[in-house]
Amino acid sequence: MLKLGLLSLLNRRTTFTLTVLSIAISVALILGIERLRSEARDGFTDTVSGIDLIVAARGNAVQILMATVFGIGSTTNAIGMDTYERIAALPQVEWAVPIAHGDNHRGFPVIGTTREYFGRYRYAGGRPLSFADGSSFTGPTGAVLGAEVALRHGYAVGARIVNAHGAGETAFDVHDEAPFTVTGVLERTGTPVDRMVFVSLPGFAAIHEDAVRAETRGADPLAIGKGRSRTTDSRVRGTRDRSAEARGAGARRASRDDREERHDATRGLEETEAHVEDHGADELEHLPGRINAMLIGLKSKSAVLSMQRFIAEYPDEPLSAVLPAATLLELWTLTAIAENSLRLVAMAVVVAGMLGMVTMVSATLDARRREFAILRSVGATPWHVCGLIVLEAAVITATGLIAGTLLFYLGIALASPLLADRFGLNVGLDTLSQYELGILLLVGAFGLLASLFPAWRVYRRTLADGLAMRV
Amino acid sequence: MTLGIRSLRYAWPGEPDPVLDIASLEVGPGETLFLQGRSGSGKSTLLAAIAGVVEIGAGAVHLAGTDLGALHGTARDRFRADHVGIVFQQFNLVPYLSTLDNVLLPCRFSRTRRARAAAGGSGEPASAAVRLLAHLGLGDATVLHARALELSVGQQQRVAAARALIGSPDLVLADEPTSALDAALRDDFVDLLLAECRAAGSTLLFVSHDRGLAGHFDRTLDFAEINRAPRGRPC
Repeated sequence: MLKLGLLSLLNRRTTFTLTVLSIAISVALILGIERLRSEARDGFTDTVSGIDLIVAARGNAVQILMATVFGIGSTTNAIGMDTYERIAALPQVEWAVPIAHGDNHRGFPVIGTTREYFGRYRYAGGRPLSFADGSSFTGPTGAVLGAEVALRHGYAVGARIVNAHGAGETAFDVHDEAPFTVTGVLERTGTPVDRMVFVSLPGFAAIHEDAVRAETRGADPLAIGKGRSRTTDSRVRGTRDRSAEARGAGARRASRDDREERHDATRGLEETEAHVEDHGADELEHLPGRINAMLIGLKSKSAVLSMQRFIAEYPDEPLSAVLPAATLLELWTLTAIAENSLRLVAMAVVVAGMLGMVTMVSATLDARRREFAILRSVGATPWHVCGLIVLEAAVITATGLIAGTLLFYLGIALASPLLADRFGLNVGLDTLSQYELGILLLVGAFGLLASLFPAWRVYRRTLADGLAMRV
Repeated sequence: MTLGIRSLRYAWPGEPDPVLDIASLEVGPGETLFLQGRSGSGKSTLLAAIAGVVEIGAGAVHLAGTDLGALHGTARDRFRADHVGIVFQQFNLVPYLSTLDNVLLPCRFSRTRRARAAAGGSGEPASAAVRLLAHLGLGDATVLHARALELSVGQQQRVAAARALIGSPDLVLADEPTSALDAALRDDFVDLLLAECRAAGSTLLFVSHDRGLAGHFDRTLDFAEINRAPRGRPC
């Protein structure tokens, strides 16, 4: 029967191929979506696997997590170094690493931190960071690159790089007055770390101070020809107003010349205001004495909730303590609608593929009545003919599943560099997970189930036709 | 007796008049019977009734000692597969199968036919099929593996005969199998068919409108004489 079914399909190879192709594409699509979804989630979970708490100025937990750990977006406020030092000194805290963000290098986020970051950060269930080349920065002008950054731009130890203000790839405000020298390149981790540039906290702050100085002296750090944004939106104005209130009306009235004379010595508040006016509120957070967040590892995981409560009630400034794992769950609930929509679309494509198969099998039934009558005349029962249809559908479905799986892997092989480059998603050619195998089984079962309709039709028709069908 | 018919009446569904009304017909083991009748007289319907494809309204058809009326559904299909070989007017080969695969088709659905073919073919049904085809002048390897639609009309008819004969069925039904052949080919084919039926020990019931074939057979009957139905219609 199998040989008969195969030869029959081979006889209709064009429709067979097209039907298999439509099933293969739908299978590849649904596998691809599931693989991307699971890889994204695993990647996110791996990224935060060693961090117990993230402390930042009070704000949205998801936003804090994304900005601090994943380098996506930014937080709107900063926290003081004294706060960092007080929390880091708590007995429950095993380690604490400060984080400053808001700059980018050719679209890759720049993180200001300490050398301890490289020793404390864990990914993929506890693996530490390691250097593929060089070592951590030792001075304020040193920089460590994630693997993807180095690969993308061909950087090696000793290369000089310039960062830009803001998180976007298109830089309008380049800190080219303060280049960094690459001291190390990290091994690839499959996390957003690969797409980050790390500089020392003093170095990160210094480029903004230098920018303020240069600017207030009348020098233009963008003299190499790049344009510049002079944002004066309401947020900036609001921040400026708050700064002005804090610093007093006298500072606001100070003349530009006066500030120029004083700022080198005092790093005065007037500079801050002038800088904020030009750079926006984010820049305020880059000033010395302020960081955007701190990553915390606790001596005991059981202290997480008490620490979270302590930080939430921190008296000196409003803070948020974000539990990365819990926040990821919150993030998944936010993304679930989009994920489910994608799944639905993929399922719809699979259903369409299967309906295509049923249509193909059904459409040939009339043309094959003589074939079935011949088979009946040589001894086939209606059940044999019915089984032949189911067998053909099974062969079509199985071929579609195999072709779809191959197409899926081909797609991954072709798209993985782009996914890693553009989205930081490291999708490997791993074997199919149990869940993915379950999808294949489900599609296969659905294919067999769908084939019962034409099989039932052919059973009834074969009984009625008997051997009488003549062509 | 291989085939015995008693008081057979059959009318097509929805029609009041029977197309078959046969009081008695018997064909002995190994006998070759030529049933001559005009087109549309009900000869093919009789073959369908004997093959168990249509449900007879009244009477009985006994084949190889079994009352076909006592068998239903799949059991009757299996009985037909085991005991009956059919040669059609239109040959009815499966176009995408090779000559050899077409001949072996009955062995795929009948263990009895497969076992008989294997016994007569050095343990392999395929050997029996090759031998049978060689007797029918189709032993060339190119022909054996050619697809049915690539064969000439004469070759297709001989393949259809080989398919009916494989596994030595008790009864071979031939429904106007020579109507598409010219006179020379017709006589050659009938001689070959008769020779193979005799070699296999199969009974042959050959129906045709062509009176010229009568001389080849053990016995000849005029269908109009045995069928008392006022009218007939083609199957």
